[in-house]
Amino acid sequence: MQTQLNNPAGAPASKGAISIRNVTKVYDPDGAQVMAVDNCSMEIAPGEVCMIVGPSGCGKTTLLNAIAGFHSITGGEILLDGVPLCGAKKPLADQGSDRIVVFQNGALFPWKTLAENVAYGPMVQGRWPKAECIERARSALNEAGLGAVADKYPGEVSSGMARRAEIVRALINEPKVLLLDEPYRAMDALTKQIMHEALLEMYDRTKVTIYFITHDLEEAIFLGDRVYVMTTRPCRVKKVIDINLPRPRDYHTLTSEAFRLLVQEADEAVHEEAIKAFQAGEREMA
Amino acid sequence: MSAVTLDPAAAPPPPAFRRRSKLERTLSNAAFWRGLAGLLVFLLVWQAGGFLHTSLGIDVPFFSKLPAPTAVAAAASEVVVQSGYWMSWIESIKRVMIGFLIAQLIGIPFGLFLAVNKYFRDIFFPPFEILRPIPPLAWVPAALIFWPTNEMSIIFVTFLGAFFTIVINVLGGARTIDVRYLRAAQSMGATQWHLFSRIILPGTLPSIFTGAAVGMGITWNVVLAAEMVSGGGSQSGGGLGFFIWSSYMGGSMEHIIVGMISIGIAGYLSSALIRLLGERVMPWRRAF
Repeated sequence: MQTQLNNPAGAPASKGAISIRNVTKVYDPDGAQVMAVDNCSMEIAPGEVCMIVGPSGCGKTTLLNAIAGFHSITGGEILLDGVPLCGAKKPLADQGSDRIVVFQNGALFPWKTLAENVAYGPMVQGRWPKAECIERARSALNEAGLGAVADKYPGEVSSGMARRAEIVRALINEPKVLLLDEPYRAMDALTKQIMHEALLEMYDRTKVTIYFITHDLEEAIFLGDRVYVMTTRPCRVKKVIDINLPRPRDYHTLTSEAFRLLVQEADEAVHEEAIKAFQAGEREMA
Repeated sequence: MSAVTLDPAAAPPPPAFRRRSKLERTLSNAAFWRGLAGLLVFLLVWQAGGFLHTSLGIDVPFFSKLPAPTAVAAAASEVVVQSGYWMSWIESIKRVMIGFLIAQLIGIPFGLFLAVNKYFRDIFFPPFEILRPIPPLAWVPAALIFWPTNEMSIIFVTFLGAFFTIVINVLGGARTIDVRYLRAAQSMGATQWHLFSRIILPGTLPSIFTGAAVGMGITWNVVLAAEMVSGGGSQSGGGLGFFIWSSYMGGSMEHIIVGMISIGIAGYLSSALIRLLGERVMPWRRAF
């Protein structure tokens, strides 16, 4: 069975470049203007794993929501492969299966089995006949090591399996960009490591552009090609770190000297913002 | 690169447990025996209360006028062979089912429309909220005047009893569907119709069944009271409510209690039916 997740090995990705240019987002609840994102710019190459690190509530998710088309922006523009998604004329991007989000707490439909969940996208898009959608969903799950639980409901499998199935559900749509919003936040360290390896393996196969939000610095360095450290609210790019660790990576990477040096380099910037965010939080409480 | 695989062939075979039958599992369950003991104690206390009065002349409040369970059982054994008793069952079930089904047929789409369409909600929710707190039984006199037959009046108030509960449950359920499901579906290319049929509808099913279970209980309440009020007249409508009422008129306490217990059983059976149906329609809920 030919599956749609496979790219010819090592073929350069030819799609999924995101340009975020001077994006600003001002929330205006009850006239009190709150700046969530301030003049943010990023150039994400096709097939790049772009990791966004910043303190909780700093506005990283706002940026993701703007790319996905869930929220509007108030300034700047965002382009996908040179085509504007949103900008001055059109503050809210259209939602589309070229950019798929994997949510923080998981959003598999509880009333569908894993196979039905994975088949959902192709089915509603009418890509293949229904039976073929299920068939392909099954083989995609198989490939991700989830073949044995394909007919289980999300409530019957572990959170790790559910999250992996959700990534399979996203990838079967052949998105240009995978948007991950702290997908492994609530997981224990051991499960997280397994999830990371599974994600890297899927990435090596598909070379999809990944926009990954986290506040776990080591996760960011382990997975990413480039790490953007963001400031606390309003969200700005504070520091960009290129990660030159060779791929494919596995857990041995975590103990390498190069990895340690990168963590050290990034840690100072992240820590500084964490303190600022913490103090700002205290002020809000007072 | 070590990916985690779940190859069933590689895993050792699961130990062979013998799956016990449902009866076996019930009989070995301590909770079942505790429940049975509770029931027996209840009957025993009831019996003792009557015994104190009849044999020892000690007047226990409430129990003195209450026929003993044995007397009720004797009355029941006479009643169950009479066709009139079963006609009462059929009459009441018919009314409950018709009222309940109409309430579902109108209530579910109405609730869903309220949930998904803001304009519809703005217009129809205020009058709905004004009518909702009116107890169904308050509608009885108006219904008797409004509808040409007693039968229709009873079914109408039965319908009302279930309708408001169903609508409010469906509305609440559909409005609280996690926005992540909607966003995920939309970003995968779901059309409005797909959003409705594949996300909102299944997402609302648990609330639909909650509404149905609560609504079913209310329907039995209402049908009984409506039968007592309207069925006791010259054009006797029958039903379990009328059975109780005519037993009261005839001064037979035993029969009143037989009627009451019948209603308890009927209510229990209808809830069980809804629960069973819910498990069938929502297989994913069995995981919990």
